[in-house]
Amino acid sequence: MLAEFPFLSFVIWTPIIGGVAVLFIGDDSPAKAKRLALVVALLTFAFSLPLYGLFNSTLGTMQLQELSPWIPTIDVYYHLGVDGFSMPLILLTSFTTVLVVIAGWEVIQYRVAQYMAAFLVMEGLMIGVFAALDAILFYVFFEAMLIPMFLIIGIWGGPRRVYATIKFFLYTFLGSVFMLVALIYMYFQAGSFDILVFHDLKLDMQEQILIFLAFLIAFAVKVPMWPVHTWLPDAHVEAPTGGSVILAAITLKIGGYGFLRFSLPITPDAASYLDWFIISLSLIAVVYISLVALVQQDMKKLIAYSSIAHMGFVTLGFFIIFNLAENAPGSSGIPMAIEGGMVQMISHGFISGALFLCVGVLYDRLHSRKISDYGGVVNTMPVFAAFMVLFAMANAGLPGTSGFVGEFMVILSSLQANFWIAFLAATTLILGASYTLWLVKRVIFGAVANDGVAALKDINRREIIMLSLLAIMILLVGIWPDPLVSVMHPTVDNLIEHVTRSKL
Amino acid sequence: MNFVTPDISLAAPELLVMSLTCLVLVIDVFLPQQQRHITYNLTQLTLLGALLLTLQGFGGEPVIGFDGHYIRDTLSDVLKISVYLISAAVFLYSRDYLRERDLFQGEYYVLGLFGVLGMMIMISAHSFLTVYLGLELLSLSLYALVAFNRDNADASEAAMKYFVLGALASGMLLYGISMIYGATGSVAIQSVAEALAQTDQSDNRIVLSFGLVFLVVGLAFKLGAVPFHMWLPDVYQGAPTSVTLYLGSAPKLAAFALLIRVLADAMGMLHSDWQQMLVILAALSLVAGNLIAIAQVNIKRMLAYSTISHVGFLLLGVLAGTQQGYSSALFYIITYVLMVTGAFGIILILSRAGFEAENITDFKGLNDRNPWLAFLMMVVMMSMAGIPFLVGFYAKLVVLQAAISAGLVWLAVLAVVFSVIGAFYYLRVVKYIYFDKPEAGSAGEEAFAISALDTTIVISTNGLLLVALGIYPTALLSLCRVAFPQ
Repeated sequence: MLAEFPFLSFVIWTPIIGGVAVLFIGDDSPAKAKRLALVVALLTFAFSLPLYGLFNSTLGTMQLQELSPWIPTIDVYYHLGVDGFSMPLILLTSFTTVLVVIAGWEVIQYRVAQYMAAFLVMEGLMIGVFAALDAILFYVFFEAMLIPMFLIIGIWGGPRRVYATIKFFLYTFLGSVFMLVALIYMYFQAGSFDILVFHDLKLDMQEQILIFLAFLIAFAVKVPMWPVHTWLPDAHVEAPTGGSVILAAITLKIGGYGFLRFSLPITPDAASYLDWFIISLSLIAVVYISLVALVQQDMKKLIAYSSIAHMGFVTLGFFIIFNLAENAPGSSGIPMAIEGGMVQMISHGFISGALFLCVGVLYDRLHSRKISDYGGVVNTMPVFAAFMVLFAMANAGLPGTSGFVGEFMVILSSLQANFWIAFLAATTLILGASYTLWLVKRVIFGAVANDGVAALKDINRREIIMLSLLAIMILLVGIWPDPLVSVMHPTVDNLIEHVTRSKL
Repeated sequence: MNFVTPDISLAAPELLVMSLTCLVLVIDVFLPQQQRHITYNLTQLTLLGALLLTLQGFGGEPVIGFDGHYIRDTLSDVLKISVYLISAAVFLYSRDYLRERDLFQGEYYVLGLFGVLGMMIMISAHSFLTVYLGLELLSLSLYALVAFNRDNADASEAAMKYFVLGALASGMLLYGISMIYGATGSVAIQSVAEALAQTDQSDNRIVLSFGLVFLVVGLAFKLGAVPFHMWLPDVYQGAPTSVTLYLGSAPKLAAFALLIRVLADAMGMLHSDWQQMLVILAALSLVAGNLIAIAQVNIKRMLAYSTISHVGFLLLGVLAGTQQGYSSALFYIITYVLMVTGAFGIILILSRAGFEAENITDFKGLNDRNPWLAFLMMVVMMSMAGIPFLVGFYAKLVVLQAAISAGLVWLAVLAVVFSVIGAFYYLRVVKYIYFDKPEAGSAGEEAFAISALDTTIVISTNGLLLVALGIYPTALLSLCRVAFPQ
């Protein structure tokens, strides 16, 4: 009975309709708009929690499916469903949006209703991306996300916001249009837009490679992978804190999710043929981008580059499996690599969100993101410093935090495939620690650097709540990752079965 | 030989529009300037009457009458209804604009109605002669309308250019028609199609090919496809904005009908020949339209180049040569006309007495002055860029589908790449609206204070329709499928 209830539709449409309602309250009564936005965000989170309870973690198939005709003239259906990959990401989305609403509570003074509405609409669209099982429905959500994010960065962003937001929009738009052509092409092969039908579609090698590349452009831009990552530092730096959090915590994950949902199961032979390419790009992201992060002067930029490096682990985990399947068939490393990538995605959602919120806390007080403008913050903001150090440690992959779990799983499985790949990937433990800890040293510790820092006030109750929620999640996943990993097990097995079966 | 009276009920809406237009013309002569609104109201009533007549006979089997010169089918009904509704909105948006510029003359409405009549004849034409009759009635009304503000040098120049190039295009079309007549011995579309299907055409091959080339050139001129687009930006920019709105919206529907009647219905057998020509026209229009639009600072001129790029997309649907492709193109043109009407409608509302909201920078800070109009303009722009949950996306989706089903994947890739480039100039408008602070003298401050309630309601409906059709496009899409039965 309970399972019949269209939870997914509710989780998608509650924030969108709520966002429109917030918009109609208008910017003239910001307090009312904020309260309604918080209620909507909490309500959405409440609707998303039952997804975990109702999800049968012994099954790898799509669950809680909803299917009804949407545009029957072109065979497009309103088809929703979740598996072990999308369900945790939906929870992450609804959780993060609550934080973003809280984070913008006092900080945003300009057009509050439009700000809150944009984030709520964004939330609904992102959940829609994760839940969609119809290719056109997926694409519609995927593209529609651009509008609110474009406005968020452009209206509430920093000085170079216009450049950053147009770059962000055009980059992602260019990436995704190729995917649209690929989807339409597959429709004519399969006679349906259903993603699950695509999973069983036979395609010859040339078709697979072209389709794989079309998907690669779309998702590589989102992840982002080197060398199409350049929009991310700009967008992150210029976006308001909430925008950075959503970008880092959720929209990057859509790229990784796209690989799992489309590239791997639909074009496994092309993926296996081109896996060296993705692995190389991932290793460049891990090593080179980490070095780039090391020399950043701007806190947000540093975290942005660290995001790219961490997402390199995700793509490495997803594509190392072909190497494993060849060198060590049937090894435990294959599912572990994919699960490691997934855990890394969730964990990075918490950690990068937390770090951006920390930078936001500092920025709200001193209106600077430059590392050199800080120093000795621990003297004036001890509580904040404790949180920041914890999040930094998690970012560096300290055991006991969520950052360790995913990286460790990916490195371990890479080791079964190839020592040198694992070696290069493991350098992140040193490089990641260097740039994160050096950031902490320069910002938090040392003597009080200037009068601005001396006048800092420690975080208030709102900020403590926001940061402790994230700290709890990071420690929880770090110490006891089983509830997260176990829901994915059957889904991963299902995926591996698809991937190892040739589609030629 | 018995004289058979043709069944004139077939053309009842046309006859109604014609007689009422003549009536409006006569009444208007006797009206003093302060009662000019009577002309306006009668114009809208004429459109309403035609709408009711068309709705009454909606659907059903196609009927061909007047010795095969005239047709009424679902396609003609759908297009005519769109023409009435769009023209009514056009007349409404233009009303206050014209009044503020002392251009509130009966001629605008009379010429506008004759143009509507021309469009209706084009839509229902089933022989090359009626096609030409409707086209010329429409074109002559448009030439006069562009020159309507006769003291304005830009407008007169635009009208001259339009007239010369338009006459040239008509000549091309006529020349092509005469060659087709020479090869097939008929001007009626059905007879031409039958002649092409039955006889072995190898003798007439050269004449037919030349005729087809001239026909396509004439059509491309009228549509504004590259390289026959030169008149379009100048005319869009030079004409009074209310006239730009008129000629940028409903006539596109009639031009689409022209394309279908001439190429698909009459010359369907030569599909492989005209497909190649349309591929070139479509590719050039997509490339040139989108690239040149980036460089524009005048929003009317920018929308002119955007029109050219949209024509490229429209041709993608037509060149597939399947019923599905034609219906996709029909969907595209209806949604496009809806968007362009909204865009120019907003420009008209923002133009106050003595101020034309013509430059893109005039939109600076619109969100601070008028959030609702700003939102509507964003919807229109994003829809033109083809971002989902707005109807423009589905329009692009269905024509891309048609092109890919015709095996032209490379053309589809070209189209999407240039739609990304095109997105830039639409985004720039949104950027000015939302990210910039208003400047003294920019638009929007008192837009709603001075615009009438009915204008506000219609422009809001127009914008929200783009959202509503974007969430649920099925209704319009199935209507377009019905217009082209498999």
